[in-house]
Amino acid sequence: MEPSHVQTLSLAAPTGRRTLFRWLTAGLGIFAAAIVGIPFVGYIVGERRRPVQWVPLGSVRDFPPDETRLVTFDNPIRQPWDGLAAHIGVFVRNQGDDTDKKDRFLVLSANCAHLGCPVSWFPQSELFMCPCHGGVYYANGDRASGPPPRGLFRIVWRVRGGKLEIQAPHYPTLQDTREASA
Amino acid sequence: MLTHPIPKGAAGPMGWWYVFGSASLTLLIIQILTGIGLALVYVPTADKAYESLLYLDYEQPLGWFLRALHYYAGSGMVVMVLVHMTQVFLQGAYKYPRELTWVVGVFLLLFTLGMFFSGQILRWDPDAYWGLAVAASMAGRVPVLGPLVVHLMLGGPVIGSDSLSRFFTLHVFVIPGLLLAFLAVHLWLVLKRGISAPPSPGRVVDPKTYDEEYEQELREGVPFLGDAALKDVFFSALVVVIVVALAAVLGPKGPTGPADPALGGANPRPEWPFLWLFALLSLSPASAETFLILVFPVILIAALLLVPFISNRGERAPSRRPVVVLLVILIYTALGVLTYQGIAAPWSPQMTAWSSEPIPTDLISRSSPLQLQGAAVFQYKNCRNCHALAGKGGLRGPDLANVGTRLTRDQLIDQVSNGTPGGGNMPAYGKQLNPSQMAALAEFLVNLRPPDQPPARPASERP
Repeated sequence: MEPSHVQTLSLAAPTGRRTLFRWLTAGLGIFAAAIVGIPFVGYIVGERRRPVQWVPLGSVRDFPPDETRLVTFDNPIRQPWDGLAAHIGVFVRNQGDDTDKKDRFLVLSANCAHLGCPVSWFPQSELFMCPCHGGVYYANGDRASGPPPRGLFRIVWRVRGGKLEIQAPHYPTLQDTREASA
Repeated sequence: MLTHPIPKGAAGPMGWWYVFGSASLTLLIIQILTGIGLALVYVPTADKAYESLLYLDYEQPLGWFLRALHYYAGSGMVVMVLVHMTQVFLQGAYKYPRELTWVVGVFLLLFTLGMFFSGQILRWDPDAYWGLAVAASMAGRVPVLGPLVVHLMLGGPVIGSDSLSRFFTLHVFVIPGLLLAFLAVHLWLVLKRGISAPPSPGRVVDPKTYDEEYEQELREGVPFLGDAALKDVFFSALVVVIVVALAAVLGPKGPTGPADPALGGANPRPEWPFLWLFALLSLSPASAETFLILVFPVILIAALLLVPFISNRGERAPSRRPVVVLLVILIYTALGVLTYQGIAAPWSPQMTAWSSEPIPTDLISRSSPLQLQGAAVFQYKNCRNCHALAGKGGLRGPDLANVGTRLTRDQLIDQVSNGTPGGGNMPAYGKQLNPSQMAALAEFLVNLRPPDQPPARPASERP
């Protein structure tokens, strides 16, 4: 319901034109909001696409069979101003030359599958233990006990020119993991 | 505005119940001032944040004081907001016509807690880095949208500067903006609806007649600027003196060290307002976790928001509302017990216990060589990380100092070999021990009992 004085102010414009102007205003308003809102949301949720990057971890000979080692490296998925935060570690195990070439190496993320705390490798008992809630994993990364819902996350690896290389790892979470070996 | 009338009772001795809201506001002003000061120096990038905090602590004149004050005034603000809320809850001040004031207040509590959480990340020490890791892992459990939420939280595929910048932006722009906007509405509502009169038993709130009664009350009221405001100023000043004293004596909190992701053994602790949730999560079975992470907080917040809509009328005096008094006692007892557990964190293994905690000598002073061998196996196989002996070592599993009175040799071997049935809390050590190690370990464990107590016997042999 419109007050009558508004109509007198509108200089007796035809109803049709005023209706059109309202629709135009609504449309223009939505359009103006969209051309600001869509790029803004796109900026916030946008993911930068990067080519897969391979990180050399050292010569294959540096990894004695059946030994698990923590290897630290600068993750190429980083900002130049990330500093120490980009210097992460993964666990590498040479599972032996005699096994099927596909399973020769096992590269495991150091982040516990439970809530992401850094697991430690205990060569004495051949177990990974998590300091937060006591998640325990066997040498092959399978869950042994505690709250983790699955085994340790695996990282994709390949051997090029006698060097072990891994795909630059992102932060692993339960729904977002890479399960393969090259 | 300052001379507007308030009910007489609110300026009397009962007025001391009304000082917590203004104390929260005073602390917020300190937070804004110290926050502006810290932002002049702090560098929100992963490679420089730690250094800039050390610079604040040790080189910038009074930098240490501003950091300390920002922490203790922030802690004080959480305390004051909670006490304020508890007072309003106990005295039924959220009832008609102040329902919306309560709802806006719940958001102010959430923003205050949000400031605390985001502020902890800016400290960029191992607690901050691994706290982010835990938060991202929790967010990853959101059905379908998990990866998107994780990406939104971290600002990229890894934990780094982009993540720190997100939390810096939240802490400095987004949450303060929301907080101030909601605070404006909160204060406007306080002025518009007026301050509630202190409750007295028998005086019930009835939305039909309340407005008239309240107007009547104001006619006999007193101006705010008087005894009521004086109490506010006194208490706020007292709180400021306390937080400044805490800051000056205890100094700035952290940073404990640079955030080095390659360093194992980090066990992040949330800040104190979140310890209860941390404990609840850690003490619950794994099957309840996703519910506790994703659904439980929503239920809690919804329950808080619904408080004035469950009952916006009737008695306001705590003496006539035993359920409310009981609820407050119950909630604070639960929060207190859980916080205590969160500080102790007995569910965390002690990662260095296997090499740093020797076996108490009185447990092995009369041991045979085989038992001594078993004791060495026990230490070397890291059992001690989870199992204490006479209180020393990890508390995740049971203390084994008297295990010989509880389990027979066969039961011990079964437990060690197979772990907890169904993949519970103890890993199966069957493949981690060779037969001779197992024999020695069992011999050690079965003899762990006080000399005057008999060993455990199988149920079939019991008389």
